[in-house]
Amino acid sequence: MGGNSNVKLISDDGIRIDGRKVDELRPIRIEAGVLKRADGSAYVEFGKNKVLAAVYGPRECHPRHMQNPAKAIIQCKYNMIAFSVNDRKRPGPDRRSVEISKIISEAFEYVVFTENFPRTSIDVYIEVLQANAGTRCAGLTAASVALADAGIPMRDLVPSVAVGKVNDQVVLDLQKEEDNFGQADLPIAMIPRTGEILLMQMDGHMTRAEFDRALELGVGACKRIYDLQKDALARRYSVEKTDEEQPDEGAPADAQEG
Amino acid sequence: MNKEGMGSSREIVLPGDLLDSGGRMKAGSGTYVQDGRVYAAQVGIKSVKSNFVNVIPLGGRYIPTPGDSVIGKVVDIGPSNWLVDINSPYPAPLHVNEVPWRVDFGDTARFMNVGDTLLAKILMVDETKRVQVTMKEQGLRKLQGGQVVEISYSKVPRVIGKGGSMIQMIKNMTNTRIFVGQNGRIWLDGDIENIVFAIRAIRMIEENAQTMRLTERVKEYLESVSKPAPAEGSESR
Amino acid sequence: MARAVMSEIKKDHIHKLLAKGRRVDNRAWDEFRPITIQPGYIETAEGSARVKVGNTDVLVGVKMTIGEPFADTPNKGVLSTNAELIPMASPNFESGPPDENSIELARVVDRGIRESQMVDLEALCIEPEKEVWIMFTDMYVLDYDGNLFDAAFLGAIAALNNTMVPAKANDRGDDYPLPIRHMPISVTAVQIENSILVDPTLDEEKVAEARLTVTTDENGDLRAMQKGLAGAFTLDQIYKCVETSQRLGNDLRKLIG
Repeated sequence: MGGNSNVKLISDDGIRIDGRKVDELRPIRIEAGVLKRADGSAYVEFGKNKVLAAVYGPRECHPRHMQNPAKAIIQCKYNMIAFSVNDRKRPGPDRRSVEISKIISEAFEYVVFTENFPRTSIDVYIEVLQANAGTRCAGLTAASVALADAGIPMRDLVPSVAVGKVNDQVVLDLQKEEDNFGQADLPIAMIPRTGEILLMQMDGHMTRAEFDRALELGVGACKRIYDLQKDALARRYSVEKTDEEQPDEGAPADAQEG
Repeated sequence: MNKEGMGSSREIVLPGDLLDSGGRMKAGSGTYVQDGRVYAAQVGIKSVKSNFVNVIPLGGRYIPTPGDSVIGKVVDIGPSNWLVDINSPYPAPLHVNEVPWRVDFGDTARFMNVGDTLLAKILMVDETKRVQVTMKEQGLRKLQGGQVVEISYSKVPRVIGKGGSMIQMIKNMTNTRIFVGQNGRIWLDGDIENIVFAIRAIRMIEENAQTMRLTERVKEYLESVSKPAPAEGSESR
Repeated sequence: MARAVMSEIKKDHIHKLLAKGRRVDNRAWDEFRPITIQPGYIETAEGSARVKVGNTDVLVGVKMTIGEPFADTPNKGVLSTNAELIPMASPNFESGPPDENSIELARVVDRGIRESQMVDLEALCIEPEKEVWIMFTDMYVLDYDGNLFDAAFLGAIAALNNTMVPAKANDRGDDYPLPIRHMPISVTAVQIENSILVDPTLDEEKVAEARLTVTTDENGDLRAMQKGLAGAFTLDQIYKCVETSQRLGNDLRKLIG
């Protein structure tokens, strides 16, 4: 956080530099099943963020010593591509992306029924194609849809959003300028139905009252993002109302040879 | 849309969707229970059968169950076993005692090699999901010739159709032999032109598995491509 | 890249179809899969393009900074090309530093751009021996279904073609389009049992004995080549590939606009 509250980012009538109100999300677009090779995939835009997520697995866990005999491990790799930011980022992991990968993996460990797939790995790849603040939240939102698209059994979808503090006001879903000159940043991810928080980080400076307000805004926004996640999956798997003879479930493959 | 009392509906559900709140139904496959309520654990179609609510998955990887017929691919070879990829998270060892041939120690490569395709059955799956397959049953064998295609295992019932109607139609209209493995691999054999037509029909089913009039559309396609050529061996020159 | 085992039955099927002059997806031997190009896909890049060739999906971006020229070319801008085969794109790609496959891909694309003198590097000199523009072209494979060479090359030239030199942000006057002088196109073919197939799919690549990439310019002149894989080409096959590249190059060039 820059912590520089002299830069005026919110007008006197409460309008932010991109025209939003303090409790307004950027336009969000979610598509499921966008890649051919991956077992599951999703594309997410949060304003000017463009993020792609892909899931492979459950598959044999490599390296072998990472295998857990009782459950699957989740290996998330968050990465920003070289031209996703204004100053070219050197390809390859850095300390920031390693940390983000770890906390996203841990968030998914909670929702995925990992015990169904002992000794395997579920690999989640998040590639930030274009960054404009809040990429870990956009990435987690995308990865959650990609996991569902891959048919992985899980408790629920996980939406994610960041809340921050700009010009001494609590604001939802910071974009780049607000992130650069803001006073606090609080990314969260949760299961809206149960209220369980699966990811939370914070940096900057917030009073207890501001924190309560931020969390309230974040929880409300997560519910809206959750609906968009569900809508993306529903579009991907939409059924034309059908009539036609349904196959017997679990039809025996025996005797299918002619 | 949904015939009450028929016990089956076509409702798409997503992870976290509430399936039963009153404890009237028991949690079946693809579901989980939290605070006495049943929720969907997977993207799929809700199905109610004899007091169980299940989610029939619309995606995901094949998870082996004993007795399943599968099409495997040899990916590694040892002195007394082959390692078979069965399109699931778990590669399955095939021991020399589970094949229809007498194989001496170290002589495995003489019978099957890396890249070979075989018809096998899931023999057992232990609690840590270790899988073993067998070829010691009638009809199980090494496959030669033809072509192998892969589809999502969740679409296998659709390709087979009710009582085998869909696959039977493709076989009849293309004059091919087809074996559908429950792991989503399909082996086809016959005249190569006919194989190509049959594969396209299967791809149509795969891409449109959830749409109306599928059987009719596949039939129209197969009628449009030809009178199928006669079976293998009698191709005109 | 971990090598996946290809089923013998699938290999035989490709061979049997080829014996009848057919490909698995029913294309002609010299036919590309459907191509889509989305230029300007990424706003944070100076130039970018997302290119799909069939199911193969590649994203290319160009970033420019000011730096020092190389001592032996004091009055020329610097070209740097990098390819990432990210694990998102294929179950057989692994994370980590670039392996031999991504290095070969980057170098083949780089040669086509450099040797064709596509970009006027002298126009990218700000002050000889002191300041020149440095161009980073980064290519990311998002979905891999064969023929990365041509998909990445199309992505690279489409991205360069819509690159704006960020002069304003660097206090060097107004932004201006990257000076483009030539428009090279690469066409890749593989040889399978004496058949030549343009734009191979992944399955065709797995069966292929040899691969040849030929990069030509708008005059049909040769600018770069790369033979790959363990098989060999006859001279006649080489001529056929060159002629095909010249002919198809003209069609593909129209897609860049």
